[in-house]
Amino acid sequence: MNRLRAMIVKEIWAALRDPKARVILIAPALMQLFIFSYATTLDVTNVDIGVLDRSGGIHARELVARIDGSPTFRTIRRLDSAEALRTAINDQQVIAALVIDPDFDRRIDTRQPATVGVVLDGRKSNAAQIVSGYISRIVGEMGAELAPPAMAGQAGGTVVTHWYNPALNYIWFTLPSLIALITMIGAVAVTSQSIARERELGTFDQLMVSPLRIHEIVIGKMVPPFLVSLFNGTMFLILAQIMFGVPFSGSLVLFYIGLTVYTLTLIGVGLFVSALCSTQQQAFLGSFVISTPLIMLSGYASPIENMPGWMQVLTYADPVRYFLVIVQGVFLKGMSAWAVFGQLWPLVIIAIVTLGGSAWLFRARME
Amino acid sequence: MSSTAPGKTFDGRRFRALVMKEFIQVARDPSTFLIAFLLPPFLLFLLGYSVSLDASRVRVALVLEDTSVQAMSLATTFARSSYFDVTPARNVAAVRDVLVSGKERGIIVIPQGFGEGVKRGNPPPIQVITDGSQPNTANFLGAYADGVRSGWLAEEMGGASDPTIGGASEPPIGVSNRFWFNPALRSRYFLVPGSIAIVMTMIGTLLTALVIAREWERGTMEAIMATPISMVEFVGSKVLPYFLLGLSSMAICTILALIFFHVPFRGSVLALLAISAAFLMPALGMGLFISAATKNQFVASQIALLSAFLPTFLLSGFLYEIASMPWPIQAITYIVPARYLIPSLQTVFLAGDLWGLILPNIAIMLGFGVGFFYLAFRVTKRTLDQ
Repeated sequence: MNRLRAMIVKEIWAALRDPKARVILIAPALMQLFIFSYATTLDVTNVDIGVLDRSGGIHARELVARIDGSPTFRTIRRLDSAEALRTAINDQQVIAALVIDPDFDRRIDTRQPATVGVVLDGRKSNAAQIVSGYISRIVGEMGAELAPPAMAGQAGGTVVTHWYNPALNYIWFTLPSLIALITMIGAVAVTSQSIARERELGTFDQLMVSPLRIHEIVIGKMVPPFLVSLFNGTMFLILAQIMFGVPFSGSLVLFYIGLTVYTLTLIGVGLFVSALCSTQQQAFLGSFVISTPLIMLSGYASPIENMPGWMQVLTYADPVRYFLVIVQGVFLKGMSAWAVFGQLWPLVIIAIVTLGGSAWLFRARME
Repeated sequence: MSSTAPGKTFDGRRFRALVMKEFIQVARDPSTFLIAFLLPPFLLFLLGYSVSLDASRVRVALVLEDTSVQAMSLATTFARSSYFDVTPARNVAAVRDVLVSGKERGIIVIPQGFGEGVKRGNPPPIQVITDGSQPNTANFLGAYADGVRSGWLAEEMGGASDPTIGGASEPPIGVSNRFWFNPALRSRYFLVPGSIAIVMTMIGTLLTALVIAREWERGTMEAIMATPISMVEFVGSKVLPYFLLGLSSMAICTILALIFFHVPFRGSVLALLAISAAFLMPALGMGLFISAATKNQFVASQIALLSAFLPTFLLSGFLYEIASMPWPIQAITYIVPARYLIPSLQTVFLAGDLWGLILPNIAIMLGFGVGFFYLAFRVTKRTLDQ
């Protein structure tokens, strides 16, 4: 027990000794939080749009004014020819351009159906689709006001209620998810680097010939990443609420139980990487090669149900997948202990596999 | 090079020898091989298959509170729709738990008296409950459920049905969309150029920073500096192998993208090479600068990840629209070299050689390159003078 305590104290000192490394434990996580949370929105706002108005009539001007008034669009660029439109789209000065035909006003005045052409930049196909949706809605509203038709489809209607996040605030989704992603990046990197560094400097051999048992070394190595992970998780938990106004409706105890088990699986992954690597460079590469698929398969960047079937199967091995559900659940859905448990047991299995596997690998490599 | 000792000038023979030495060193390092030749395809396939922003089936539970023929017919329409993956449920309370665990993304409720209402020509509204913790899916679900309902109703009531979502019959003003360069709206088409940018950042900045930081850490850097090698020869020989590695992994990605993802290539190879070479300048300069400034592999790798890899991913306009970000973040994107790379690459692949867009971007990237190399020179010299 004394030996273990000495090992833990040594590890904490080693992690905090170098001032540069000390900053690196916390600062990147904070920066990631801010950049991620503000940058990763799939909303489209403030885009520039072009208008080629060949009609010049009152209805055409009305349509342009409506688009100008929408918060989605920042500036409206007047284009005077098809050539100007081509240049504006090609050079990405605008993401889309409206083409209003010369007979637009006449057709509306004579109650004939009129058409607005929209040219969109397919190089950004996702943003372009969203912009196209906004334009259709604005045009549709204007049309409905001009000639309210008896629309069979509109009778009755649909009442849509968004549970847990009534205003569909995107940042309510982003921030809880980031707790899962950023603690993962940090925990895997810190774990894998600390052993690789000792290997490269030769001090790992000294540890091995010391009276320390192998499990004591491994437990000692687990402590710093565990503390860093809990510290970052707590900091994000507080920042999400006070800086970004994300409500926390669930139980703190469940949050910390989830975070603890999750961190253990990540440390297992990090140990696994470091057991395979003998230099820091390899460890860095290893943790990168592992972290990227863990993020991509978690369901954060793109919903799991959109992936091909074989890839959906792979996501079951991804610890981030389960913790994402837990952290979103305890933040927004007031998740019950039973529901948390449903996500927790796969994490426990992954933790046993990764921790057990890496302990076995260490022993195997020693002999 | 005012501070260099006499005799430290550029010498072709010495430079060749140095470059040879660096090439051998790079070729002998297994992790370089891994990064340059295995990682690019790995990332390309991972991104190409896992990120799909194209909407697909959403899992919903369907609660039928009405057992009339009309309610059944609407339920069948939902089940057959290509937007939904429908599971029947008894009532809303029974589905609450699966919504919490994320097994279902929403609940559609067809209310009591729906069939009666349809007969009278005045059906009650159907109810859609979504999982708001996934805002994109929630939005999609609300809009498409309404689309399916109004399409069904229009047909049921014998009106002229309109296939557009949420559409009314015969709108007074229609919209005709034309998506240039990517009419089928495949999101893979813009993901692939993006992954090439990420791969080149990895090699240019991450690998360079890591390898050179290791030399600083081990002291072999000082040993080289003590020899009669000029700064230009030294930096040139360090950077050249990674420059070529960057270009070759770009080529690997391009070929794989054309073969496996059928991404069109409408520009010229020359333009692609020019753009990539221009981007590698700031990428390599940054890698050199980070390694010289930190001299520690762990710190260098974390800084490279933070200042090069993540910005290329998030702040380059590759996945997320720059115009939609708050202005301080938008301001940061201007100093991210990948911001100028992504539109150029997308253009070369999807639109062709539009030099009006490509040339200014190349010029800006080269400008950043000069800036980073200048910084790298300064930091290296200063630290040696100490």
